[in-house]
Amino acid sequence: MRNSLQIVVLIKQVPDIGKVKFNVEEGRIDRSSAPLETNPFDLNALETAIQVKEQNGGYVTVISMGPPQAESSLRDALARGADRAILLTDKRFAGADTLATSYTLATAIRKLGSFDLIICGEKTVDGDTGQVGPEVAEHLNIPHVAYVCEIRSVTSDSLLVVSDMGDKYLIEVKLPALITVTKDINTPRLPTLRNVLKARKAHIDVWTADDLAGYGDACRFGLQGSMTTVFKIVFPSEESRKGLIFHGEDAVEKLVKALIERGLIP
Amino acid sequence: MADRLNVELWSVIVGYGIREKAEALIHYGADRVFLYDNPTFKEFDVVKYKQVLVELVKEVNPRLFLIGATPLGRSLAPRVAAALNTGLTADCIDIQIDDNGEIVQIRPAFTGNILAHIKTKSRPVMATVRYRVMKPPPKDTSRRGEIIEKQPLQLRNSGLKVLGKVAERSVNLAEADVIVSGGRGLKKKEDLNMLKELASLMGGVLGVSRPLVDDGWVSKDHQVGFSGNTVKPKLYIACGISGSPQHIAGMRNSEVIVAINIDRTAPIFRIADYGIVGDLYDVVPKLIEALKRLKER
Repeated sequence: MRNSLQIVVLIKQVPDIGKVKFNVEEGRIDRSSAPLETNPFDLNALETAIQVKEQNGGYVTVISMGPPQAESSLRDALARGADRAILLTDKRFAGADTLATSYTLATAIRKLGSFDLIICGEKTVDGDTGQVGPEVAEHLNIPHVAYVCEIRSVTSDSLLVVSDMGDKYLIEVKLPALITVTKDINTPRLPTLRNVLKARKAHIDVWTADDLAGYGDACRFGLQGSMTTVFKIVFPSEESRKGLIFHGEDAVEKLVKALIERGLIP
Repeated sequence: MADRLNVELWSVIVGYGIREKAEALIHYGADRVFLYDNPTFKEFDVVKYKQVLVELVKEVNPRLFLIGATPLGRSLAPRVAAALNTGLTADCIDIQIDDNGEIVQIRPAFTGNILAHIKTKSRPVMATVRYRVMKPPPKDTSRRGEIIEKQPLQLRNSGLKVLGKVAERSVNLAEADVIVSGGRGLKKKEDLNMLKELASLMGGVLGVSRPLVDDGWVSKDHQVGFSGNTVKPKLYIACGISGSPQHIAGMRNSEVIVAINIDRTAPIFRIADYGIVGDLYDVVPKLIEALKRLKER
């Protein structure tokens, strides 16, 4: 077992979905209304990386693309055990869909040079797409396994994982590779106070589009590189729901009657 | 979609020993089916599958390319889209054509709190489509179409090896017509039997909210919600589930929602068609009795 397994974890800072406010009249999301946090699924990805490192040796680099305040998520990742943090921030990265985001992340990984294993969360709680991981793998021309719920073993050139596709499959994948992990893979640890304090002073690399020159095509970053546009946001309407609440002794009877009328009970 | 766009509907199927399935696609409405039937495709190898799909798209240049938003589809489609440098919209619940003849993809985001309307400027427009959001066309065995057998091109070594299935899902919630779900309102694991009984009386299956899976009461196969299964049954009965945003994201598109909860302010009532404010330990046994009486008649 070599002791220099290079692991990259991709994380995203997202609004706390439980607290974010939606402006229904104007059809927009007030992102500033909610506190920011690291995408919960990404914490499982980071925990996976740290466990692989603890058991096999290695070096964990965390990369996030976002506005400057995403730095706080990177500091949190350092406090949880990552070795290095890189923030990709530039107005030219903004407005990116999953294609442009994955291209930019892949370009940064190329600049990083050597990597063996890239780990992502299954999806984010704001975008909900789950597309960025597999797209990064395609840009880097490496295999990927999605929905990994267990890592059985790690060797110097391969990984044995269980992928949860409804049914679960045992898959061997050659390194370098990318995996996306489900929430079942582990329980993310909390950072210790000592490490939180240490991470506050830690250095974070900040890369702009200029820093990626020579590793990718800048036309494929941000809005310019995006092929999809969200042109309207609507809120799911529950108006069609009947919303009948039954109380009292004959509530069950009324419910059964209603379900029979809807043809749901033969 | 194809009829509205006034184009042909083509379909592609990749696997091994799947000729009958290709014929079934014609019966379900495909005009032409591209068939990749080869032992090399017996197991799902995302890199190999990607290679043949990219090759096919380049050859036939479709306007719209849809893939099911199953775990497999959601792993495969992004690779195909990235290889083609085209836009991909995840997990659509509807696709429409606007007045300008442009394709509009509609999908939930922000854990199901919003519906985004999305257009794609590249070709093909690619999207994954959530299970059961559209009515399957009727099967017509007299329908005729063309099956085009494709030979796999030179496939690179993908670096992936599927060594086998290690666990089968115990239940497929996505296909259930009736789901009876339990949440934190349940006091102990054994009480799930009561919900199972109710479910089986209605020809349904058991679902749960995340806390019960975390506590190890049942496997994740039964979990409904953002990090579990997204479901769309004809009838969803939520028992002792308050309705966290994560749970609601997984079941809000059910055709009829019934909520049974002791707390009248529980968010689940806001999306319910019918609700009973009451103790599930009182309501569920009564419901079981009522259904049994109906059966005896």
